[in-house]
Amino acid sequence: MPSAVPAVGLHQITKRFGDVIAVDSVDLEIADGEFFALLGPSGCGKTTTLRLIAGLEFPTTGSLRIFGDEVGTLPPNRRPVNTVFQNYALFPHMTAEENVAFGLRMRKIPKAEVEPRVRDAIALVHMEGMEQRRPDQLSGGQQQRVALARALVNSPKVLLLDEPLGALDLKLREAMQLELKALQREVGITFVFVTHDQGEALAMSDRIGVMDGGRLLQVGAPEEIYARPTNRFVADFIGHANLLDGMVTGPDRVTLTNGVTIAAPSDIQPGGRVTVSLRPEQAFLHRQGGAPEHHASVDGQVEQVTYLGNALIYRVSFQWMHIDVREENRPGGASVGAGDDVTVSWEPSSVAVVQD
Amino acid sequence: MTLTAVPPPSGPGPGGAGAALLEATPEFERAAARADSRRGFLLSLPAYVYLLLFFAIPFGIVVIYSVATRNTIGGTDLAGWNLDSYRRLAEPIVRDILFRSLWIAVLTTLICLVVAYPFSYFIATRTPTVRNIMLVFVMIPFWTNFLVRNYAWRVILGSDGPFAAVTEALGLGRQEILFTHSAVILGLVYGFLPFMVLPLYAAIERIDGSLIEAGRDLYASGAQTFRRVLLPLSMPGVLAGSILVFVPSLGAYVTPQILGGGKSTMLGSYIVVQFLTARNWPLGASLSFVLMTVMLTATLIYFRAGGRNL
Ligand SMILES: Nc1ncnc2c1ncn2[C@@H]1O[C@H](COP(=O)(O)OP(=O)(O)OP(=O)(O)O)[C@@H](O)[C@H]1O
Ligand SMILES: [Mg+2]
Repeated sequence: MPSAVPAVGLHQITKRFGDVIAVDSVDLEIADGEFFALLGPSGCGKTTTLRLIAGLEFPTTGSLRIFGDEVGTLPPNRRPVNTVFQNYALFPHMTAEENVAFGLRMRKIPKAEVEPRVRDAIALVHMEGMEQRRPDQLSGGQQQRVALARALVNSPKVLLLDEPLGALDLKLREAMQLELKALQREVGITFVFVTHDQGEALAMSDRIGVMDGGRLLQVGAPEEIYARPTNRFVADFIGHANLLDGMVTGPDRVTLTNGVTIAAPSDIQPGGRVTVSLRPEQAFLHRQGGAPEHHASVDGQVEQVTYLGNALIYRVSFQWMHIDVREENRPGGASVGAGDDVTVSWEPSSVAVVQD
Repeated sequence: MTLTAVPPPSGPGPGGAGAALLEATPEFERAAARADSRRGFLLSLPAYVYLLLFFAIPFGIVVIYSVATRNTIGGTDLAGWNLDSYRRLAEPIVRDILFRSLWIAVLTTLICLVVAYPFSYFIATRTPTVRNIMLVFVMIPFWTNFLVRNYAWRVILGSDGPFAAVTEALGLGRQEILFTHSAVILGLVYGFLPFMVLPLYAAIERIDGSLIEAGRDLYASGAQTFRRVLLPLSMPGVLAGSILVFVPSLGAYVTPQILGGGKSTMLGSYIVVQFLTARNWPLGASLSFVLMTVMLTATLIYFRAGGRNL
């Protein structure tokens, strides 16, 4: 049964390194059993946040709880969490098996118990038969599995993973994404997963926290983050988005900076400066005037067509702004070329209006 | 690099570039290997000549003298070969000096290790700029002649010197350790500490810091992390440093002479006495031979233990 107490609770956590504020007043609660991804560009403070939870770094201010216990300045060996390091950090002078057994031995678990637990952990990550190899005799993917087993064997309450798939090639990474997700369901441990790859975060997590410049900008389920970004950075960072600047000029109406007024529902007061975010695949292309009744639309001209293989991107310009429209490359698709007059339409509910 | 037609280094197995056209036949590979070893020999020839002239030949001479006969007028006859001088090594006076030299060298090495380890760890975990500055500090003593520095210690440790003044101020009484074993060990530690620091630093600096963090993350205390992770991984440096301190300490001459008061505290002084004062060349030579054998053995142990990188 998952506990009602959050597995990890950060309250107003700030971490400074000299003048650099690596983590800036972060509030975050991660539920027991959750697969949580911390997502953000390089240098945004993801690793630092993870290291704070692990105890490898202590917060400058704020409170940090693990299952309700304040752990702010507890050393890492006294926290019920384990880390899978970005470069795996396997001990090069030990075999795979010794690496996996390390945590149990340090905790003075009886020998009779260590052996079966190590065996189970190695089986869990499908590394049977490689127990006696040293890290330098293992491939990157195999090292990654050993690192995972070395952490999981301790049955931590929270597992911290710092870009664990970053060093793997694309094929292996995708396979490991599925495997890691399945593994998390199997063991039921809370995973906090750091990545700068939004595809990875969307595919794997129950919830995502998007960070930038040390701040936690938005926390939500993948669909929510993708469809309802609450600020411009999140809209821009996750997937592709047409970001149109404007001002709220009436109920559910936004006048863009080029003077065109579009329907875009929001509860922002008129006069507020906003950005309207429209995903290319949520926009539809029609011959001029052919938009469905209930759709919002603008008229424009195709400026450029980009062929992607499985899809086409039409760049439609209207009054010096432009919107990218993505259409899947299906037989019988619209035969529109550069210079054609078109109408771009979308469901009013599929745009996100965020305040600047 | 010249553009001669050097055969590509053809390792066994697939993956060799251009394998389809340039089939590496066994004859071809043998020829390439021969060319390789010829080049290797030519490149190392100067080193071989140097070793021959300044190590092998003198060593041979030492061995010859050690089995020669001492004549009545203090000369040495290269005749009447015998092992008498080696038998004399078992005499109490010689044996005592041998053992004393050994324990002084061992103690010096241990003290250097204990002092240098935390210091090297500290340097290795600084930022690169601070690191370089500190390494320069370690090497500054080398800018002054070794002999001069030993005489400086004589002043420091002497009866009117600052050392006695400090111990008196600390309420320990006027401690005068000049011309004692303590002074010799102090001088040796001082002289050879950099030889311990540098290899230790190099070894520790190479260790990935995240391994230490992984140790802590996996429930090891600071002390356990040191014993299970840091120490085993820095072993090449520990071995290299120990050899580099032990070997010259064992054969030290200047420091025991100046700080030990010229008494035959250690082997080095005793050997000099045999050659210059007692005029017993066979005994001096046999002692030198034993000393060198011990040193060579120590070095071999180091290489066998897998230490490659100083
Ligand atoms: N030990 C440190 N000393 C000084 N500054 C640091 C230290 N660790 C991190 N920083 C700074 O804190 C900020 C956040 O770093 P962090 O490693 O958390 O970023 P990240 O999101 O993990 O980035 P990446 O995706 O590149 O790994 C950066 O500006 C970094 O330079
Ligand atoms: Mg990072």
